[in-house]
Amino acid sequence: MSKAEELDIQTEEITDGVILRPTGEIDLSCASMLRQRLSKVQEGKPSRLIIDLSAVPYMDSSGVATLVEAMQIARRNGSKLVLCALQDKVLAIFEIARLDMVFKIVDSVEEAAAV
Amino acid sequence: MADTPTDPDVRLRMFSQPRFLAAVRALVGTMAQRLGFNEMQCGQVSLAVDEALCNVITHGYERRPDGQLWINLWALEGEPTGLKIVIEDLAIQVDPADIQPRDLDDIRPGGLGVHIIREVMDEVSWERRSPKGMRLTMIKRLQSAVDSRQSDSQTSKEQRVEK
Repeated sequence: MSKAEELDIQTEEITDGVILRPTGEIDLSCASMLRQRLSKVQEGKPSRLIIDLSAVPYMDSSGVATLVEAMQIARRNGSKLVLCALQDKVLAIFEIARLDMVFKIVDSVEEAAAV
Repeated sequence: MADTPTDPDVRLRMFSQPRFLAAVRALVGTMAQRLGFNEMQCGQVSLAVDEALCNVITHGYERRPDGQLWINLWALEGEPTGLKIVIEDLAIQVDPADIQPRDLDDIRPGGLGVHIIREVMDEVSWERRSPKGMRLTMIKRLQSAVDSRQSDSQTSKEQRVEK
């Protein structure tokens, strides 16, 4: 990461889709970077999109909004979007926003691949 | 709102640039920790401040990078102790009555900030500053009702595992 506000995002292709692995805090300074990367990945209409949040210690509502947008695109595309390995503080914001039951959230990448 | 001394214990000025949010979160979280809040509560207080600042940057200053914001912190004494946070700006004024959380059943991106602030803080109020700008006052008390959220959170996590 060349600047503190930049988010490192790795992607990995799997048999039936893509795993996205952001690393770092996701707030208003970098949510647009996540949005751009998600948009690019979703252009390929993967049948499964796994977002591994194990290396994201913090997310604010701009990050959540980005994921809601991705979920809506996934639904339009007929793709399966799964969030996995959320840290407690990140899971808490989904609960506060009552989105924890809207998203498919599981504990691990392995579990996400089997959903 | 609780009476507090005129001068805050900590006062910080920032420009309306999202790249400074992490620094403010760290300061607020550390102060909350020193006042005895647990890790989850510190995260919630930092989140509320982050959401409030984002609202000012995005809506108040409409993403202009040269707007000014002041973050004022007071350690509240008495029973129970707590943290008072006042965020002031010189941005566009709005009617405080118009600052309302949106309907969460409407699943769409954005508009969650006010809901989050009201959920995690014990007292929240907006007012117009004179002659311009807005002032947001938030209080978080130790042993507040938010403690129950932790047990709720734990319960829902357990339920998710069981699904």
